[in-house]
Amino acid sequence: MASKFINITLKIWRQKNSQAKGSMETYQLDHVSTDSSFLEMLDQLNEQLISERKEPIAFDHDCREGICGMCSLYINGRAHGPDTGITTCQLHMRMFKDGDTIYVEPWRSAAFPVIKDLVVDRSAFDRIQQAGGFVSVNTSGRTIDANSIPVPKTDADKAFEAAACIGCGACVATCKNGSAMLFVGAKVSQYALLPQGKVEAKNRVLNMVRQMDEEGFGNCTNTGACEIECPKGISLENIARMNREFLSAAISSEN
Amino acid sequence: MSNSAILSSSIAKKYWMALTGLFLCLFLVGHLLGNLQLIFVTGEEGKRTFNEYAYFMTHNPFVKVLSYVTYLSILFHAIDGFLLTIKNNKARPVPYAYNNPGANSSTPSRYMALLGSLILVFIVTHMANFWWKMKFSSDPMPLHQVVVANPQSGAEETFYITHTGDYIPTSAFDGEGEMPAAMEVRNGTEFFLKEVNLKRGEGYKDLHSVVLSFFGQDKTKDGVPEKNEMALFAVIFYVTAMMVLAFHLWHGFASAFQSLGLNHRAYNKMIRVAGQTFAIIVPALFAIIPILLFMNK
Repeated sequence: MASKFINITLKIWRQKNSQAKGSMETYQLDHVSTDSSFLEMLDQLNEQLISERKEPIAFDHDCREGICGMCSLYINGRAHGPDTGITTCQLHMRMFKDGDTIYVEPWRSAAFPVIKDLVVDRSAFDRIQQAGGFVSVNTSGRTIDANSIPVPKTDADKAFEAAACIGCGACVATCKNGSAMLFVGAKVSQYALLPQGKVEAKNRVLNMVRQMDEEGFGNCTNTGACEIECPKGISLENIARMNREFLSAAISSEN
Repeated sequence: MSNSAILSSSIAKKYWMALTGLFLCLFLVGHLLGNLQLIFVTGEEGKRTFNEYAYFMTHNPFVKVLSYVTYLSILFHAIDGFLLTIKNNKARPVPYAYNNPGANSSTPSRYMALLGSLILVFIVTHMANFWWKMKFSSDPMPLHQVVVANPQSGAEETFYITHTGDYIPTSAFDGEGEMPAAMEVRNGTEFFLKEVNLKRGEGYKDLHSVVLSFFGQDKTKDGVPEKNEMALFAVIFYVTAMMVLAFHLWHGFASAFQSLGLNHRAYNKMIRVAGQTFAIIVPALFAIIPILLFMNK
């Protein structure tokens, strides 16, 4: 496809710091290649702002190939913009038309406070992980090879699918309740499905769910929005599995 | 910690929401089957069947237990839903300037709290109109009467029917001139011979007539014609409430299974189709009853 150039209007959330009151600001950006990614377009806007001696827009990004989970952005009312199964760095300007007005906002969640402009603090996810998203391995010096433990192929596949979660927070951002259950469901599932994770399964799900509630995420109402917006296609099955794990742990845990 | 997890955690709340919701779906089926008698059994037989059914539903101990579980389920579902909604609203203090939720979720799924609140308003008015009258109202319910023609004279006479199938003429409850009435109704339904203080039987509350005159256009009573001005409003309100219920069930039925952890490729589609079928058929059958009652009378 031959590359084209488009002119766009951007409405972007600007917020000086976590304490400041932010607002939507309007920017005009001309001569944007439809081959550029959404983040490259923001780079272009920032160069324009710097040349105008204005403060560039802060936004998260790292690998720019859809695997790190760093980029966020709520674009035109959707997490990671108007396409499915992708992160914002994989979104291209060919999805937009000449003359379009594009709204760019940070993830909105009480648990993800805005640090600056479009950058939010997602350390709530880290704390949930720290509450139980791991397998304890004693450093005995003779750790057995993981492949010596038999794992059924279907379980391995499901655990792998759950482990594909990159923790970007799109599920929270898109959920009308700001619920983190798809993330927590995926993290609980990836361990619960494997023999190595079963040992600590009960405490894991209880602790991770407790931490999730403490962070101020909302509750799941099964709208299914998270599953559709997830760049890694994490299935709602993982939330159901977490609910089952939770019930069995809550009624039988020793703690 | 985990001692309280089963009560206070977000997932536990969803379990309670799902369990009470599914129980209320069962209640809807039972309630609907009872209501359908209003249109499938007509005339005097319909009145008799329905009033006997209403008596059974208010006096059978097993049904009583079920009804208390139902009241608790409605309260729990409403309060739990209210608490969940408060937490959900707090989870996003700053709304999006531009949002497009229609791109990834169904409309009913996003308005469950609003739909549920409207249903609660309906339940309150519905119980005030029928349940309260049946159980508590100081204004006594009319009792089941039948008009029988005297085989000899051909004159029509009105009787109360008792639980034992006896007929007691209503004239016995009216005084004649100087003569005081021989019988009186005590405690709403009991027929007593006044002088000897003897209970002769117990009548049926005539819920059937209450329902018919509530939704019927014509509430002619004792031969005095009267047009029921409120009937059209009552029918529209009822039908609207059933549409709200349909939207609530459209998402709620299948959602309950997901909350309970029942999600599997093998039966997901079946649950969704069953839920959506339930969401259309049950409210539609409920709604058709007042419409027919309105048109027939």
